[in-house]
Amino acid sequence: MAIQERRIIYKHVDEPGYTADIDCYMRHGGYEVLKQALQAKPEDLCKEVFDSGLTGRGGAGFPTGMKWKFLDRKSGKPIYLVCNADESEPGTFKDRQIIYQDPHQLIEGMAISAYAIQAKQAFIYIRGEFINGARILENAIEEARAKGFIGEDIGGSGYSCDIVVHRGAGAYICGEETGLIESLEGKRGYPRIKPPYFPAVLGLYQCPTIVNNVETLAQVKHIIQMGGTEFAKIGVKGDTGTHIFGVSGHVQKPGYYEVEAGSATFGELLYDLCGGPLPGRKFKALIPGGSSTKILRFGERFTGKHPNTGEPFDWGVEDIPLDAISLRACGTFLGTGGAIVMDDSTDMMEAIANLMAFYGHESCGQCTPCREGSLWLNKMTTRMCSGRARTEDVDLMKNIADQIEGRTICAHGEAVAWPTQSHYNKFKDEYLDKIARQGDGRGRYNPNGYPLI
Amino acid sequence: MDLAPETLKKIESLFPKYPDKRSLTLPLCHLVQEDQGYLSDEAMKWIAAKLEIEPMKVLEVVSFYPMFRRKPIGKVHVKVCRTLSCALNGAYKTCEKLEEALACSRGGTSEDGNYTIEFVECIADCGKGPVVQVDDRLYENCTPDQLEDLIARIKEAAANGAEKVNHAAPEPGTPAYKG
Ligand SMILES: Cc1cc2nc3c(=O)[nH]c(=O)nc-3n(C[C@H](O)[C@H](O)[C@H](O)COP(=O)(O)O)c2cc1C
Ligand code: SF4
Ligand code: FES
Repeated sequence: MAIQERRIIYKHVDEPGYTADIDCYMRHGGYEVLKQALQAKPEDLCKEVFDSGLTGRGGAGFPTGMKWKFLDRKSGKPIYLVCNADESEPGTFKDRQIIYQDPHQLIEGMAISAYAIQAKQAFIYIRGEFINGARILENAIEEARAKGFIGEDIGGSGYSCDIVVHRGAGAYICGEETGLIESLEGKRGYPRIKPPYFPAVLGLYQCPTIVNNVETLAQVKHIIQMGGTEFAKIGVKGDTGTHIFGVSGHVQKPGYYEVEAGSATFGELLYDLCGGPLPGRKFKALIPGGSSTKILRFGERFTGKHPNTGEPFDWGVEDIPLDAISLRACGTFLGTGGAIVMDDSTDMMEAIANLMAFYGHESCGQCTPCREGSLWLNKMTTRMCSGRARTEDVDLMKNIADQIEGRTICAHGEAVAWPTQSHYNKFKDEYLDKIARQGDGRGRYNPNGYPLI
Repeated sequence: MDLAPETLKKIESLFPKYPDKRSLTLPLCHLVQEDQGYLSDEAMKWIAAKLEIEPMKVLEVVSFYPMFRRKPIGKVHVKVCRTLSCALNGAYKTCEKLEEALACSRGGTSEDGNYTIEFVECIADCGKGPVVQVDDRLYENCTPDQLEDLIARIKEAAANGAEKVNHAAPEPGTPAYKG
């Protein structure tokens, strides 16, 4: 088997006998890295993170060390660290395993990160549905406090920082970092406009704030343990470390797989680790990194010159290496690594209608193009699946999506536009074919798969 | 407002944790809703007074977040994920079958007051879809052809309130622990 998992973050996930309590964590070397980090200067830790090349694992893939450098330290205002545990992008279920099965890994990563950026206080914003996850984290924080790893005078270093677990209440938009900050301030989760509200300058309570994803903060622990330059040797240029791919949908073995960036291909992930398509079926489409990323069609070819090697490539979906650089070269994103697989039983018009129902429900309503556009797309695609589609609807969908992109406060606009545009580019013929069949008077037409809307 | 002593104690314990009182809006809404079952006008006013903010600021929050409700619901709250990964494995049919078995339509409460069924968006367990959250418990791989156990558990919960809110962290190895 060419593909091998490399479990760093998920080292103990699903390990028999491994439990979420601090004793188990410490038996496995837990909090040793924090003790070691407290001996170092905070700025040296920030430099390790910068040198590691780590990019954020929350979806946008922004370099973490760079984000930390943007912190406004001159204002003298307190600095806050916020862990984004909203995990709300459809298809994404990687942070759940860290929170539920290895919470102390996150707490240790946060304690190190808080010390490195000299945060006054830290928060974990966790989606409301993870109610037991919130209890597990609160428990873990109390255990860590009892041992002096969080709270007053951490590890006798003189540095103090507390972590507060804060539950959301079911709104996707609170995963967007400025919407999250508003929500943490006790308001509706309305994203803020950037500039000026870059969290590193004007974040929580208008103070400099770092918002990082659960996995990103857990990665920091491993960076400090192995050193930034050592960490940077894992993966490829521009995308270092491992990625957790959460595969769902139509494969034999859906699940989560941690793989070194670029060490294998989507084909190897989907066939060797996930066991391939269901019996008698064929893969049809892949959403590579959460529902907002552009869809790929099995059978299409991707060509160009690889930005890292300068070599020409000519790939099908199966050949694309599992790293952010290669996926970008194919016109999509690695996002959260939440890969949704659809086979030939899937009606693509129903699939896009399903996603538009999501985005229509989740738009916060501040910007006209997103509020109106996502609702129109939702209504239109639902109607199109009900047997009342018109040929001109197909171009209209694309037209609406084009008018949303780039014209909104937050990236929810792109999250609506990209799936729609990429579906249009890749499955337009199927839409038109379906519309023609509906024209026979058969009404709703979805011959094979489950209803998706 | 008649809140349980433990709820009041929890509420008081939150104040020192935040630099700004208004930040307690979501936590207080959660705690009061868990205690009372929903957020009445009276409850929202109480929260506003407690936080020294205008009642509108609480209403604004309650009306924005899908998990907050202004009306009571059935004894057992059944949330079926309808987003793509779950739908690809049959979530829409799963929901239909649950509606039939519990005599309760989506978005409403059954006549006997036992069940409320809701479609919800992705709850971040997509690899084990379709997933169904029953009060605080998550049930995985609820494909339309294997729902007997789930239906029995839901009915049992309505009979004895077994799945109701439990403030302790779940024990490792128990089903609740996994989600
Ligand atoms: C609509 C929307 C939803 C998002 N949801 C999440 C989420 O659930 N979890 C997350 O970590 N980041 C989410 N993000 C990304 C955050 O805005 C932010 O980039 C991230 O938390 C930064 O952390 P990182 O640098 O460690 O990735 C979302 C972004 C958008 C635009
Ligand atoms: S793009 Fe959409 S979700 Fe984002 S701020 Fe505008 S209306 Fe709200
Ligand atoms: S799509 Fe149902 S849990 Fe994510």
